[in-house]
Amino acid sequence: MSFKHLTLGICIAALSASSAFADDMTIVSWGGAYQKSQQKAYHEPYMKLNPEVNIINSDSSAEAVAKLRAMTEAGNITWDVVDAVASDAIRMCDEGLAMIIDPEKDLNPAPDGTSVTKDFNDLIVSECHIPNIVYSTTVGYRTDLVGDTPPTSICALFDLEAYPGKRALEKRPINNLEWALYCDGVEKDEIYNVLETEEGLARAFAKLDTIKDQVIWYTAFADTPQLLASGEIVMGSTFNGRLFALIEEQKQPVAMLWDAQVFDLDGWIIPVGLSDERKERALDYLRFATDTQRLADQAKYIPYGPARVSSAALVGKHAELGIDMAPHMPTNPVNAKNSFLFNFTWWADYRDDMDAKFQTWLAN
Amino acid sequence: MSTNIIEKNGPVLGADGKPLKKSLQRTLRRQKFRAVILIVPLLLFILITFIIPIADMLFRSVENQIVSETLPRTVVALEGWDIDSGDTPEENVFAALAEDLKIAAAARQHMKLASRLNYEHSGISSLFRKSGRKAKKWDAAADAPFKEKFLKIDKNWGNPEVWRTIKTYSSPYTAGYFLNAVDLKLGADGVAMRDEDQRIYLLLLKRTLFMSLTITLGCILLGYPVAWLLANLPMRTSNILLILVLLPFWTSLLVRTSAWKVLLQQQGVINDALVWMRIVDDANRLALINNQFGTIIAMTHILLPFMILPLYSVMKTIPPSYVRAAKSLGATNWTAFWRVYFPQSIPGIGAGSILVFILSIGYYITPELVGGTDGVFISNRIAYHISTSLNWGLAAALGAILLILVTALYWIYDRIVGIDNVKLG
Repeated sequence: MSFKHLTLGICIAALSASSAFADDMTIVSWGGAYQKSQQKAYHEPYMKLNPEVNIINSDSSAEAVAKLRAMTEAGNITWDVVDAVASDAIRMCDEGLAMIIDPEKDLNPAPDGTSVTKDFNDLIVSECHIPNIVYSTTVGYRTDLVGDTPPTSICALFDLEAYPGKRALEKRPINNLEWALYCDGVEKDEIYNVLETEEGLARAFAKLDTIKDQVIWYTAFADTPQLLASGEIVMGSTFNGRLFALIEEQKQPVAMLWDAQVFDLDGWIIPVGLSDERKERALDYLRFATDTQRLADQAKYIPYGPARVSSAALVGKHAELGIDMAPHMPTNPVNAKNSFLFNFTWWADYRDDMDAKFQTWLAN
Repeated sequence: MSTNIIEKNGPVLGADGKPLKKSLQRTLRRQKFRAVILIVPLLLFILITFIIPIADMLFRSVENQIVSETLPRTVVALEGWDIDSGDTPEENVFAALAEDLKIAAAARQHMKLASRLNYEHSGISSLFRKSGRKAKKWDAAADAPFKEKFLKIDKNWGNPEVWRTIKTYSSPYTAGYFLNAVDLKLGADGVAMRDEDQRIYLLLLKRTLFMSLTITLGCILLGYPVAWLLANLPMRTSNILLILVLLPFWTSLLVRTSAWKVLLQQQGVINDALVWMRIVDDANRLALINNQFGTIIAMTHILLPFMILPLYSVMKTIPPSYVRAAKSLGATNWTAFWRVYFPQSIPGIGAGSILVFILSIGYYITPELVGGTDGVFISNRIAYHISTSLNWGLAAALGAILLILVTALYWIYDRIVGIDNVKLG
């Protein structure tokens, strides 16, 4: 090979290599319908506005905390923006894995001038996390298997006489313990104080014991829709978006039981340790993806309530089904009459302890 | 032509006059050196990418430097505090804590430590979270005394149990994770069993071993006839059967597990068939999934090829003449099989069992999906601690225990069957 060919080859290789790395942004999310809605509402408009940026999707959010910790220890962060639920974000913030974001400085205020913090209305629960949606864990039930009186209260879960049959609950203590105590007669604002005591926890487990052998404990949230569709269970808890897909898109004989739904927040964090250039780009994306119109746009594809107050008015119809999205939002006042908000600080402290005890209770 | 010069009472000499023994040794050494050089790159590769990272991960099961690194002055000050006194520590400990916390909070290290201590005593996380925010603004000289300040932030700073936890876990190396992994804890009177409602790991370990043994036995019983058929049928039929055995290998694991769900559900295919045949009452459908039974069935199906293939390769080397000779000497079919054929296939059973057993002990996807409450393995808890609770120390301790167990079982297998007796074709 002559010297000319060699230099030509090296130049071409260098050029192509540099263009491959330039302006690729990796955004991590949960996959499935949720990530598709983000692709349509956030990524595609952003890439249209910034043609030199290429957004690569990764669906590792379920493992994000562990993977980010491993990446930080190795000193090689390959992610730019990560979608994480608030409790994961608190954990990542504690461990120093997520960057501190100043909402007033880094995000856009509402179109009518309301400040960012007021527009998010107490939903910024961690200094590293910017919420974009409010989703909830609710119960869905088979309309043809519940007899003549459909359930209206969460305590139907524990009522084996009126609603016999199997139930599906998540294989972790979150939400189950709260519902158990609530249906055992504890006041909503006392629940966490009661759970901290040993007698309170025993009370919650005793209530769950009454239905324990009728419950299918799932780990994948896709299980409940499948079990409902096959008639294996009479009612089961899962994310409201999954139930919406089951009811509206797949037309199964299932209905939503909104009572005592538990709100949770999903949003963005930016990993610590990015180069200045990547950090600038990530913050620019964040500014775009968390503004009022964008959050309302995402609601066109998936029934998760936008975290901003100013976005609620802009929520319209579903992009494909053409139905009004407002009645399906967990934040709709009709649905949110009796709701819980996930107690992030309490679970951040007690999660490991409760989980150990819950798994022991399950295993015995 | 040169000749060997043989002296009456001396060493044998080679053609070049040097002793033959030494020449031989030198040649052998050179050969060995060449062989080692060929292997060294692979050895280095395995060392760097496999052994060192695993050793590093397992080392986390004992390392505990985070406490003494984040709170150096507090740890020193706590040496003077009597752990059994039942009183809260004195002002000097709180002053040391204030100073340490101020530095740690500024560097965003204090919550890492708090999470670590929270594994041992729930609630410590929020203590540090609240105090870290305030401590950033304190001044060591101006804001003393600190004891009341801490107690005002949260009265749990006065709980001697919190301080007991900090002091117990202040040494750079700890046995705490290993104790936790076998349901023990470092209590007030030394090592003690955990409370009843927190004892899970020994139970899971027993269940994992029991289910893995059952799965291995199931694979032997189901795989032996198939392997025998494969080894003894004519080539063409046997090849087609081999493809059928290998086909599931190429399907995704999750697809296979989900298929079992559809089959074994209470409203699933098998139950529907049994109800239609009136063997089972519609109201009393069999619970075939979300329990140990489901895990055993699904995992036997998934691990069967790992048993069939080693068995097949060993059986292929068994000459048919021995069985024929036994029959010609008057043995019945059963005696010929049991006393002549079967002993020759034992190395295959050994190889297959080891493969299936080791694989099944470490499985966690299938037990997670079909195991329900009593069919989960200990690897599910390891996965939880790695992904969700980030208690990598406990996960490493559980992993180390599994590794030691498997190594011990392998050693027993070696004593009984012998590794060198394994013929794989």
